[in-house]
Amino acid sequence: MDLKQARDGSRLALSRALTLVENGSTFDTDAKGVILGVTGAPGVGKSCLVDQLAKAYIESGEKVAILAVDPSSPVSGGALLGDRLRMDSADNEELVYMRSVATRGEAGAVPSVVIGMTNVLKECGWKRILIETVGSGQAEFRIAAIADTILLVEAPGRGDVIQAEKAGIIELVDVVAVNKSDLPGAESTAADISNALSAGSKQIPVTLVSAHSGDGVPELIEIMEKASENEISRIRWRERVYSEWMRLLTRNPDFENILDSLESGEIDLSGAIEKLEDY
Amino acid sequence: MQTPLRIVIAKPGLDGHDRGAKVVARCLRDAGHEVIYTGLRRTPEQIIRTVIDEDADILGLSSLSGAHGHLFPRTCDLLKASDMGHVVVFGGGIIPDADKDELYEAGLKAIFGPGTTSQEINDFVAAITDRMSRDEKVGCGDGNDWKWGD
Repeated sequence: MDLKQARDGSRLALSRALTLVENGSTFDTDAKGVILGVTGAPGVGKSCLVDQLAKAYIESGEKVAILAVDPSSPVSGGALLGDRLRMDSADNEELVYMRSVATRGEAGAVPSVVIGMTNVLKECGWKRILIETVGSGQAEFRIAAIADTILLVEAPGRGDVIQAEKAGIIELVDVVAVNKSDLPGAESTAADISNALSAGSKQIPVTLVSAHSGDGVPELIEIMEKASENEISRIRWRERVYSEWMRLLTRNPDFENILDSLESGEIDLSGAIEKLEDY
Repeated sequence: MQTPLRIVIAKPGLDGHDRGAKVVARCLRDAGHEVIYTGLRRTPEQIIRTVIDEDADILGLSSLSGAHGHLFPRTCDLLKASDMGHVVVFGGGIIPDADKDELYEAGLKAIFGPGTTSQEINDFVAAITDRMSRDEKVGCGDGNDWKWGD
C-alpha cells in the first residue's frame, strides 16, 4: 500500500487507504499511537461525548482521528451511518479526521478491519485515535482487542444497581463515565456503579460528565490519562483471535454459497462446517 | 459479499426539511449500500469534507428551500476543485423544471422530485454501478454529459 501522499497530509489519500483496508487489504505498522475505545449501550451519548473529547484534545493542539462504528443490516448488508451528525468537530476542524465504519456482517461491536484502519492512521501521523463502538450491551468485549484504554459510557435511568454487579464488559473497562450529568438521577447512578465496582479487585474510576454542556470532560480526560495500563493481555489476544477468525470466515469466497446450500436444505450444519474447514 | 457503495446524503443550506433525505437514505440502506447522513444545515465546504473523509462514491443533495441554484453547483465546483470529480452527484427536493438544465450542466446526474419511487432511485444507482463497472465516466467533474433518463 502506497501511503506517501497520506503521510504527507492528503486526507483523500488517507481515506482511500482506509477504504482498501476496509475492503480486505491488511496493513501492519510499528508506529505508535493511543487508542481509546468508547463503548456503551445505544443512546447513552457516546457520539456526543466523543465529539467533546475530540474538541478537548484539539484544543491542546493534538490531531484526533475518530472511527465510529454502526451496524450493517443483516438483511440487506446496507447501513445507515449517522454518528457524524452528532459530531460538529468532524465537519469543522482540520485537526479531526472522522470516518464512519459499518460492521459488514461481523458480529460484535467493532469489526476486525478496524485494527488495520488504526494502523494506517498511526502510520500517517494520527496518533490519538478514538473508536466509538456500536451501541452494545454487556457481553461485548471485542473493543478489548483494539483499544489501549476503554471508556464505558453510562447514563441515568438505565436499571437498578444489580446491572453494575453483573459480569461483562464492566470488568474490562478502565473508566466509567456517567453521561447526562444534568439529568436527575445521574449522581445516584454514578454512586451505584461506584459501589458495585468497589467490591472488585481493580479500582475503576467512575465520573460524571455532560456531553451536552461539556461539564466534566476535562476531568474525564485527566482520569483517563492516569488510568493504569490494563492487565488483560490474554483477554486481548483471545479477542484478536476471535476477531481475525471471524474476518477469515466472512471473507471466505464460498461463505454466501454455503449459506444458500443451508437455506435450500442441500447440506446440513455439519456439512457446512466441513466445507468451511476445507477452505 | 459484494463491496457496498458508500453514499453521502447531505442537506446543504438553511433548509430544515429532511423527511425526503431520510427516506432516500433508508431506501439506499435497504438496497445494501452504506449511507452516511450529514444532518441538517451543512455548508458545501462541510459536505465536501464529509465526502473526502468518508471516501464516498456518490453524493445526494436535498434542498426544499429554493437555494438549490446556488448550493448544488457550488458543491459540484468544490468537488471538482478537490480532485473529487469522480463522485456522482444527484439532487432532490423541490426543483422547478426550468432550473434543471443548469444543474445538470453543473454536474448533477439526476434530479428527483416529489413522487419519486424508491425503485427509481435504486435503478439510478444500479445504472451508475453498471457504467462504473464498464469504466464509463459518470462523475460530476470528469467531462461526461450522461444523465439519468437519457
